[in-house]
Amino acid sequence: MGIRLIVLLFASIVLMVLDHRQNHLGAVRQAIGAAVYPLQVIVDAPFRLWEWVRDGTADRNQLQLEMSRLQAERLLTNARLQRMTALEAENARLRDLLEARAQVRDEVRVAEIMAVDANPYRHNIVIDIGELEGAYDGQSIVDVTGVIGQIIETGLTTSQAMLISDPSHSLPVEVNRNGLRTIANGTGEFGRLVLPFVTNNADIRPGDLLVTSGLGGAFPAGYPVAVIDTVNRIPQEPFADVTATPAAALDQVREVMLIWSSAEPRDKKPGDEEPNDE
Amino acid sequence: MSRAGRSGRLPVILTIIVSLMLMVMPLPDWAIPFRPDWVALALIYWAMMLPRTWSVGTAWLIGIVLDVAQGTILGQHALALCFIVFITVRFHLLMRVFPMQQLTATVFAILALYQFVLFWINGVAGVDAPLVNYWGPVITGTLFWPVVSLLLSSVRLRVHHGR
Repeated sequence: MGIRLIVLLFASIVLMVLDHRQNHLGAVRQAIGAAVYPLQVIVDAPFRLWEWVRDGTADRNQLQLEMSRLQAERLLTNARLQRMTALEAENARLRDLLEARAQVRDEVRVAEIMAVDANPYRHNIVIDIGELEGAYDGQSIVDVTGVIGQIIETGLTTSQAMLISDPSHSLPVEVNRNGLRTIANGTGEFGRLVLPFVTNNADIRPGDLLVTSGLGGAFPAGYPVAVIDTVNRIPQEPFADVTATPAAALDQVREVMLIWSSAEPRDKKPGDEEPNDE
Repeated sequence: MSRAGRSGRLPVILTIIVSLMLMVMPLPDWAIPFRPDWVALALIYWAMMLPRTWSVGTAWLIGIVLDVAQGTILGQHALALCFIVFITVRFHLLMRVFPMQQLTATVFAILALYQFVLFWINGVAGVDAPLVNYWGPVITGTLFWPVVSLLLSSVRLRVHHGR
């Protein structure tokens, strides 16, 4: 009994070292994850059912309201899209003039967040797309309003993703107005990011939109991340105290989009840079 | 105890599966730190009552499954569960004759130890989490213990006395 305990404790420590320091155990995790998947589905099922029932029994008025809202929204987005094609063409032409690499469009796919709670110590979510559908480690996840996070672990049919609000997540961003590059860190609160490395004399002010800069290699460039909240310049400190509110409602979304960005080289492993756990 | 044959195992496995499901069940954000450690509670009970069948080996396997389900470091919960189950098996004769208050206090101590092991591993691995994530489950786990042990003992009696 005592010997067995010692052997098992030793085995756990070896596992932890292999898993945490070397990341060698992806296959093991996947195999056990496949066994856990039915449990997650069972837990998720009542929530799916509830949603299905709610959709099925929505009354006529509500449906009509919803439909007219969606139609209005579609008109609006279509109008915007028209301008967008023109802009895209113009952008490509200008880029040609500048001899810059043309930006390639990203491929997108909708995933649903499963009603399953993941790691209690981190801001993680479980989504219903896994390796079978082509998800990969480090893949970026956005919703309609902004960046949500990135995949940190793929299973066969589900994946775990880390939100940008996780305290160990860092994201290379730039200020949309002037291209100032910096890093946005999570804080552990859904509604707040911090920018720890903004110098006191940097041109940044509340209301500025932060977008991904694409420099880390993990996220494609140009997706909105957050809006600057407060800028507190402290004369005796090297860096200002800057906080931002994520553009996406991280704790409220149900549908997210996975991005396969074709502009990135596939062979290099994304996510080498972040998450930056020490 | 000796009647805990193959037929007696299935209900125990079912209770553990239910406890695993409770561990991944979604809760509102404010309640997440206060999710009791259902798996730890169930394993403490079974290790106390059926220490020959449910011991450190099973605890370790279940811990690995829990680690995968929650995406924590592989081996973290395995080590912690193994450790508390060992202690429970060590003192199972003593714990069985404790009155409920005293038993609950013991479970409180065991759960605190469990969270401390998790906390310590997170500290070594550099996972930074608010402290309430550690003491929250200890408090709620202790509060839920009398209910859990009543439920599990009804399962146990039904199996072992064929009712």
